[in-house]
Amino acid sequence: MYPADCQYTKDHEWIRVTGDAGQVGITDYAQKQLGDVVYLDLPQVGRTLKVGESFGTVESVKAVSELYSPVAGVVKAVNSALAEKPERVNSDPHASWMIEVTLASPGDLDALMSAEQYSDLVK
Amino acid sequence: MVPFAGWDMPVEYSGLSQEHLAVRTRAGLFDVTHMGQVELAGKDAVAAVQWISSNDAARLKIGQAHYSGLTTPAGTFVDDMLVYRFGEDHFLLVINASNVEKDVAWIAEQTRRFDVAAVDTSARYALIALQGPLARQVMQRLSNVDLATIKYYWFAHGEIAGVRGTLSRTGYTGEDGYEVFVPPQQAVRVWDAILDAGRDEDVIPAGLGARDTLRLEAAMRLYGNDIDDTTTVLDADLEWIIGWNKGEFLGRQALADQKARGVARRIVGFEMKDRAIARHGYPVIIDGAEAGRVTSGTQTPFLKKAIGMAYVPAARAVPGMEFDVEIRGRLARATIVPLPFYKRPRG
Repeated sequence: MYPADCQYTKDHEWIRVTGDAGQVGITDYAQKQLGDVVYLDLPQVGRTLKVGESFGTVESVKAVSELYSPVAGVVKAVNSALAEKPERVNSDPHASWMIEVTLASPGDLDALMSAEQYSDLVK
Repeated sequence: MVPFAGWDMPVEYSGLSQEHLAVRTRAGLFDVTHMGQVELAGKDAVAAVQWISSNDAARLKIGQAHYSGLTTPAGTFVDDMLVYRFGEDHFLLVINASNVEKDVAWIAEQTRRFDVAAVDTSARYALIALQGPLARQVMQRLSNVDLATIKYYWFAHGEIAGVRGTLSRTGYTGEDGYEVFVPPQQAVRVWDAILDAGRDEDVIPAGLGARDTLRLEAAMRLYGNDIDDTTTVLDADLEWIIGWNKGEFLGRQALADQKARGVARRIVGFEMKDRAIARHGYPVIIDGAEAGRVTSGTQTPFLKKAIGMAYVPAARAVPGMEFDVEIRGRLARATIVPLPFYKRPRG
């Protein structure tokens, strides 16, 4: 269910790290809680983020939720194609990356959960 | 489940959007037992209802219902309600769950000088609503009442799934459908029987979330969001529930004065031009200043647009005019459109 190549936060974001950067999205559990996602508000490339800082919002018919960065770093890329088709967050959450962050400190990853730990959390 | 006026209510069963679409295209089943009921009966029942309610109850035939305001002397809302005429001198009011205590006290106070009994009968009724274009064919399988004979906003007493109750052709979704009043002890049986009878039509249960998006598409006002004791019946663009010709009632003078003066603000419907949802409480910005508030807003699953209602200055309450909504520190553009957003096709 939860891909093993990602790490997870208690706020239901995932990060998939390749080299010195990681793509960030929200988990299947999060999209189920939100229901139909209709808008994504994402940051500009180049923005500096702290651990746990809000980098945007995801809005469903039911509610607006903040998106929190799992790591500190600089926004390297933004998935504007996803912002055009936000319903993909519901249909394929773990492939729907929102931003890519160049990690300031790879040690941030140590505080995150594995797929197994996250599965236990949302069980 | 969420707490709502002392009840635990499901926001959704299988998913808000699919529940919404089920009601627009087939039928959905709502448990709205939380709604309150007050009954007025006695020699002066007509006069008492005429005094507390803005609409003209004398025009109701036995077996007929209408929408109305429970108004303050200022012409604002203590609550909004459906008024059912059960008998010549017997009325049933259906009121909002969150207002039951307040309304019962208000009605008791305001009807003191009449020869009438006003009783909170909320605990005597479970209320189950089947809403959607296929509601009639499903419900007819369970009832000895010929549903074709019940016109819109009329009701009849009879059997539903072997349970004695009242079938009312009313609802809060903008769709055709029925609300059935049954004894609470029999509610589960009626609920299960309706779902069972609607299996071929894929009738599904629908929660509070879909109820809100459906009523908003139909531009039905929600107490606490769109109307309250600070908004007048005219502000809310509901002049059709004012019985101007019926004589005195609570709020009549204030409303007549306001009508003569002209309203300063009015509720409007809007569609978002920018990609954003304007929700309850967000400021309306015109010419750089706050000019009103959004009262309700959502992304509708059926029309697939971000829509809402807001109070704006009367001079700007014109379809086609635009305004901004401040959404989390940013401005998003909205266009005023005529209400309702959705009107069911007449069959």
